[in-house]
Amino acid sequence: MADPVSTTLPTDAVAQPVSSAPLSPLRLAVRRFRKHRMAMFGLGLLILLLLYISLGVLLSRGYCAPLKQEVSGEAWANCNDTGLKLQPPSAGHIFGTDVIGRDILARTIYGGQISVLIGISAAFVEVLLGAFIGALAAYYGGWVDNILMRFTEAMLTIPSLFLLIIGSHFFGNRLPAFNFLGRELAGGVVVIILIIGATSWMYLARIVRANVLSLRERDYVSAARALGASDSRIIFLHLLPNTIAPLIVSATLGVANAILSEAYVSFLGLGVQGATATWGNMLDGAYQYLETAPWLWFFPGTLILLTVLGINFVGDGLRDALDPYSTKHL
Amino acid sequence: MTTYILRRLAQAIPQLFIISIILFTLMQGFGDPVATLGARTPPKAEDKERLRRMLGLDQPAYVQYLTWLVGNDWQKIDMDGDGIPETNGRRKGILRGDWSNSLVTRRPVLEMIGDRLPNTLILMGAAEIVIIIFSLALGLYSALRPYSLFDNLVTGLSFIGYSMPVFWLALMLMYIFAVNFRAWGLPYLPTVGMFDPEAGKTPAELIRHMILPVATLSIISIAGYSRFVRSSMLEVLSQDYVRTARAKGVRTVYVVLRHALPNAALPFITLIGLDIPFLLAGAIVTERIFAWPGMGRLFLDHTSRADFPVLMGILMLVSIAVVIFQIITDVVYSLVDPRIRLE
Repeated sequence: MADPVSTTLPTDAVAQPVSSAPLSPLRLAVRRFRKHRMAMFGLGLLILLLLYISLGVLLSRGYCAPLKQEVSGEAWANCNDTGLKLQPPSAGHIFGTDVIGRDILARTIYGGQISVLIGISAAFVEVLLGAFIGALAAYYGGWVDNILMRFTEAMLTIPSLFLLIIGSHFFGNRLPAFNFLGRELAGGVVVIILIIGATSWMYLARIVRANVLSLRERDYVSAARALGASDSRIIFLHLLPNTIAPLIVSATLGVANAILSEAYVSFLGLGVQGATATWGNMLDGAYQYLETAPWLWFFPGTLILLTVLGINFVGDGLRDALDPYSTKHL
Repeated sequence: MTTYILRRLAQAIPQLFIISIILFTLMQGFGDPVATLGARTPPKAEDKERLRRMLGLDQPAYVQYLTWLVGNDWQKIDMDGDGIPETNGRRKGILRGDWSNSLVTRRPVLEMIGDRLPNTLILMGAAEIVIIIFSLALGLYSALRPYSLFDNLVTGLSFIGYSMPVFWLALMLMYIFAVNFRAWGLPYLPTVGMFDPEAGKTPAELIRHMILPVATLSIISIAGYSRFVRSSMLEVLSQDYVRTARAKGVRTVYVVLRHALPNAALPFITLIGLDIPFLLAGAIVTERIFAWPGMGRLFLDHTSRADFPVLMGILMLVSIAVVIFQIITDVVYSLVDPRIRLE
């Protein structure tokens, strides 16, 4: 689409000489992103959610009757006062309490941390696998490409939720609990990260492969090879950085997908078990209380929806902003 | 064309082999199927041993895979555990049409799938029709008035739509249309199953029970697909031949429906064509929430019992359908779009 400004003659070109330095691609992208209203809205939403799950910790305190003392932090989120089970939202428990009397507000705060951790780590695993497999297939071609792409196709043929369920059964909860940033996490967290990552890299691998296939014929790659650069140097320093745009977009949308996947698997009762709350496993079994205790599923479900919505907006904005041929929103 | 189809089918065979090997390998980690049999009265250790031999679970994984694949009816197997093979194998293997028996119910897998498949197809087929109609209508209308209030509204809603977790949407719909409507004394919708036991198996009952699950399944897809139709329609509408038709004075309705829509719908055909095989798989989460006795439920129920013949059967059926529909989609695409030649 023609930009109306650029088609008119610059009548005051002499009065206003071009003063700004040429914009780098990164600054152009940032500028395009900031003009993207939906993306900025999504970013705002995400910042609010991050504040909720980080600063919310300070509000997580109360009198835990079974322990007969004031507790704060995660202990409050795990304090199960069975005398107060299934309480509707009230001043003491703003989001109500769950089936064994834990405070849902505190659990959405701590569960959110785990859900976001799972989302980001799983997207990281996805990008790592997708970029590596796609780049290897495209760079070496021949039988390497053939085997890797047949494997990719096979994985794509199996419906993803089925694959997730089989994966979570395969690994089960075999890993022991571990300590991360001062929090005791169930081993299931790592398992679910690996499973989601290992079942979602296929589209990205195809995108990276297509990009690298065209890039590896460029002169600068031949030049690098002529200078004696090793294969790994060419792949990781020359080829992959040039496909950074799809990698960033996929990673962003991958976080949203991973949070949804975790929620689905947990909803089916195959996710993270034990005391560690996630937005997903707070929903496990909650549908049995559809009528009697809607606050059980409404709050974690809505937080998942808002997070995924925010990430999708940001991902959409990034896709437009990182497209070097995009003239939108300039 | 025939050679193209044959070549694609020949390529599909190794792909299906790879899929079956991946799945079979993963299912080895499911734990012992015998351990969960007879849950009320746990079988004695020697009974378990015998069961394992009878089911062929004592064999190494690769032997089990080969038996599943090609059968064992030409060899004798050891059933009584004395180390001497004496009983004739009876399995024919999936390559000869024997999808083997469920470890839990001992019924043939194909029969069990056959029981559930119609339920799933009714639900998913209805959802797919709703998806196609609404995506085309919304996408078309948005494309004709880009950046209008309606278009912006639909764009916003569709972002919310495809960010929604399926279960959240399902629970919200149930809460509004079943729980609250009943509380307000309005006619409310049923939430679980396919029929009311009192009302009997009538088509009207079935439709009433289908409304909420179909709405759940379609809303999220419509959100994504209507955007897709909109963007491909916008692309076509900006092309020269559309402008030419308009310049010649052809009525707008005719230009849109006759000139633009068929071209804009082409990529949509691919999308739908690749969707159809996954209809067989059902919808695990939706079927679980609405207690719909379909394939997704069958899969879920038998996952917890490590009943791998059933799981393999469902997944191989879906995989075969995916591979076949990929070929059909390509062929149909080349038939409706003469610019594409299949070599």
